[in-house]
Amino acid sequence: MSMEILSFLSPSLILVLWEVFARIGVVDTRLFSSPTRIFCTLVPMIYSGELLYHTLISANRIILGFLAGAVPGVILGLSMGLFPPIRVCLMPIVSATFPIPKLAIMPLILIVFGLGETSKIFTIAIGVFYLVLINTMAGVMNIDDIYMDVAKNFDATRYQFYTTVALPGAMPMIFAGFKLGMGTALLLIVAAELSAAKAGVGWMVWRAYDMFDIEKMFVALITLAILGYVFSYILDFLERIFIPWKNGRR
Amino acid sequence: MDHTCAILMEGLTKEFTAGGTKVVALERINLSVIEGEFLCIVGPSGCGKTTLLRILAGLESQTFGRVFIKAKNPEKPLTSMVFQGDSIFPWMTVEENVAYGLRIKGVSLKQRRAIARDYLQKLGLVRFAKAYPHQLSGGMKQRINVARAFVSDPEILLMDEPFGSLDEQNRLILQQELLKIWEGSKKTSLFITHSIDEALLLGDRVIVMTAQPGKVKDIVDVNIPRPRDILTLRETSGFTALYKRIWQLLQEEVLKAKATELVNSPVSSSKRHRKNTQEGKT
Ligand SMILES: Nc1ncnc2c1ncn2[C@@H]1O[C@H](COP(=O)(O)OP(=O)(O)O)[C@@H](O)[C@H]1O
Ligand SMILES: [Mg+2]
Repeated sequence: MSMEILSFLSPSLILVLWEVFARIGVVDTRLFSSPTRIFCTLVPMIYSGELLYHTLISANRIILGFLAGAVPGVILGLSMGLFPPIRVCLMPIVSATFPIPKLAIMPLILIVFGLGETSKIFTIAIGVFYLVLINTMAGVMNIDDIYMDVAKNFDATRYQFYTTVALPGAMPMIFAGFKLGMGTALLLIVAAELSAAKAGVGWMVWRAYDMFDIEKMFVALITLAILGYVFSYILDFLERIFIPWKNGRR
Repeated sequence: MDHTCAILMEGLTKEFTAGGTKVVALERINLSVIEGEFLCIVGPSGCGKTTLLRILAGLESQTFGRVFIKAKNPEKPLTSMVFQGDSIFPWMTVEENVAYGLRIKGVSLKQRRAIARDYLQKLGLVRFAKAYPHQLSGGMKQRINVARAFVSDPEILLMDEPFGSLDEQNRLILQQELLKIWEGSKKTSLFITHSIDEALLLGDRVIVMTAQPGKVKDIVDVNIPRPRDILTLRETSGFTALYKRIWQLLQEEVLKAKATELVNSPVSSSKRHRKNTQEGKT
């Protein structure tokens, strides 16, 4: 109980200090604004629907990009984990391309996919893809041999083996990949909306930068934080549904 | 192969090559298992007991020799194995674990649930049907492990030291349960144990294996009448003589194994049962 109060109190204290310092001039409001100013910018943006509009656009890109990266990541990760020949063929390619910073290939993506939605979704997808792929593969490879033996002893077909051993066995690692991927997606949305976007929370950040509108920039940052929180909440929720055996562990 | 013979092994030999050196795990095993008998296998550790069961389970293939397993009913799985160590699926509930063999066979959800419930009822575990393994004690996990093999109703049951990791009280309870279930089904069973008491409680015959390379050293008939009971087993006439006999056979081999272990490097043989041997790794 007192812990909850404490965890509520410490951010509040920072906000109060920020406000006080801004008022007495210790904090430069041209650079760091103040909680009340940000709040006064935020409220009209909520009422006008402007904030929701940008948020939905970004959320849409994140979700599409996430799915476009995660689905092939899981499928390929499972195949590479289960079939050594596929792993041997593809692993060098994965190892060689994984370290390339995703931001560095953005210009290439823009050239290939143009300035539309596809390039933004693709940028996010590629970041998510690698993390999900590598985690899924490791998840499958870490399944204890004894479970494979059990399935084999019961004469499980290949398909039964996937659904009863490989997939559930790798599930915790797959979700670890999803969570890492979501973190990357939030990072990449801001970068993706830097170039050739006309809307989105990331765009808001850059737009505010151009206009030197510090309040709006903070509003965008807060929105990004909330987006991140909501997505990680959704993933936690899905994890509890898909991995019920993990409850209460640790 | 005469009609009362469920398994026949002829000149069964298994060699492993690990790190360039050849290990002969099993050497020319000739053995027939009678239909409906409970056959216990004892022998020093590393003598190839697990390997023998894995060959019968179809998880390993022999280097030389032949194995026949009689399939009376093609509907039934040939063998079900209770693995040494913790092998129940952490991602399935108790009920799903117990019914796993039925699921693989394609039995409907409703039907396999009913069968699993029935079985859990017998073991007094119904209230754990929806629990996950990490919520269970070691003793309960091993019951599920044994139950999973029984429920799939195979021609042959293979059990690899199923109670080896349990404490004394749990072991006694599970032995008693197994005895009851088995005496109700009379399923052909091979059972590895390192406990002579356990072998005499459960077995119709006890195979004593030699130290590596594993051979059949001797076969001891356990002529203690059934139904048997843990409480009165030791008072049965003949128990002490059988115990002594098996212990003498076993002792020679254990000492031999110890001696070669001192000569060879001590690490090689025990390294293998990889990730799964430690208890409670959840
Ligand atoms: N997959 C394997 N690779 C190499 N050596 C093995 C393998 N499986 C078993 N062995 C060796 O075969 C011998 C018998 O092992 P095992 O059947 O597990 O013995 P037990 O169950 O009687 O303790 C041991 O020396 C072991 O090291
Ligand atoms: Mg063994």
